[in-house]
Amino acid sequence: MQDLKTQAITYEDGVIRQFSIMAVVWGVFGMLMGVIIASQLVWPELNLGLPWTSFGRLRPLHTNAVIFAFGGCTLFATSYYVVQRTCQTKLFMPKLASFTFWGWQLVIVAAAISLPLGYTQGKEYAELEWPIDILIAIVWVSYAIVFFGTIGTRKVKHIYVANWFFGAFILTVALLHIVNSAAIPAGFMKSYSAYAGVQDAMVQWWYGHNAVGFFLTAGFLGIMYYFVPKQAERPVYSYSLSIVHFWALIFTYMWAGPHHLHYTALPDWTQSLGMAFSLILLAPSWGGMINGMMTMSGAWHKLRTDPILRFLIVSLSFYGMSTFEGPMMAIKTVNSLSHYTDWTVGHVHSGALGWVGLVSMGALYYMVPRLFGQKQMYSIKAIELHFWLATIGIVLYISSLWISGVMEGLMWRAINTDGTLTYTFVESVKAKHPYYMIRALGGLLYLSGMTIMLWNVLKTASSGKAAVVNIPAVTAHA
Amino acid sequence: MDITTLRIAATIISFIVFVGILIWVWRNRNTSDFKEAANLPFKED
Repeated sequence: MQDLKTQAITYEDGVIRQFSIMAVVWGVFGMLMGVIIASQLVWPELNLGLPWTSFGRLRPLHTNAVIFAFGGCTLFATSYYVVQRTCQTKLFMPKLASFTFWGWQLVIVAAAISLPLGYTQGKEYAELEWPIDILIAIVWVSYAIVFFGTIGTRKVKHIYVANWFFGAFILTVALLHIVNSAAIPAGFMKSYSAYAGVQDAMVQWWYGHNAVGFFLTAGFLGIMYYFVPKQAERPVYSYSLSIVHFWALIFTYMWAGPHHLHYTALPDWTQSLGMAFSLILLAPSWGGMINGMMTMSGAWHKLRTDPILRFLIVSLSFYGMSTFEGPMMAIKTVNSLSHYTDWTVGHVHSGALGWVGLVSMGALYYMVPRLFGQKQMYSIKAIELHFWLATIGIVLYISSLWISGVMEGLMWRAINTDGTLTYTFVESVKAKHPYYMIRALGGLLYLSGMTIMLWNVLKTASSGKAAVVNIPAVTAHA
Repeated sequence: MDITTLRIAATIISFIVFVGILIWVWRNRNTSDFKEAANLPFKED
């Protein structure tokens, strides 16, 4: 009995190795796009006068690459890693899992070609045209089959909380993508939204905010709930809190989208509803942050020596900060100052670079050596350097955009005693120039950290070899 | 029953379910089930 168990079954890690490497590669690519467009804002000539390299086309390429290529590959890798290890079983339908890898890479390549060529549905974070949307839907349904199939064939009684978050992320993203991408094709790479007017705007921001809530939050909380306890070597602070804040997040997030449409044609009551639910969201968000932080109690000293843990914990502090800032910015009066300014861009990046980026890097630094049969990363010093480059980069980025955002918001609303505007629009643009330089520098630091990570990951992978990890015979104890 | 009534019902049912979850978690907070689940990441090695 014992022999039979130890002999055969191993985790399905090949697809995780592929996704992990590509997460880092796409991370470098997407962040490079970000640095290029940030530089274009400082030196507009950098658009080279070509349509393919103009800001309007490279900006969606940047957002799609960092969210869906870097973030997406990280989520595929970590969810496949976590679900197998907490369910004590191998991936359900490994060939389908392999299809999700190649299918997802095809989506990314299609995006990287079609966006610079100018093909777009014009919906933020959902720019890709309908043939690519269909491919995404097919890959995503396959992902759901692999993930939930693995949970269905688990060898343990409970479904670990990380898997609840991953599961919610997979289900909701399927729903969001299919509803928001509903369109009427008008040619091979041309379509019109199935919705009209303000309904279209509401569907888009129902999608947009829940993409933040489920793709960039629930999925990465799944990462947090596995990798923070593992790296801190202690179970999560409160399992009860994790269940409560999970369900609170699920019941609340869906309603918050209207805060993207304050003072628009959206009915006023819908705006107020969105604002109220955005304020409520502070509680479940901080529930997760506190739970992660408190897992460290009694192990805080590890932060001094362990750069990977530092990535994970600092990411939680950025999560706490941006989920405080978000509800505040959703208040209509605050939003009247912040909306359409750089403050929004700064807020998004405090979440994206600080929370999503750092927690992904921490998780990848944890997984990569284990996937390639190594004890640790090729260079710990390089992880240390990466951490400081990233952290300083984020601080420069978000503080410069806070200042420039509040400044331009105040300049736009300033009026003379006779009711005329104090500043012309171009004066506010000119005033932002120095802050745009600091922002580009912050982004460049963040990118250089990521490039060091790529070198470190490739060194670790090439000095190790694909590790075959046996699934422990847990049923033997039962 | 019109669509608005249905929407109100769905909202109220969701809220009741959430309160139910709160009560369920509170009653189970010290059970071995939660402890066992929380330790799942450490079972693998």
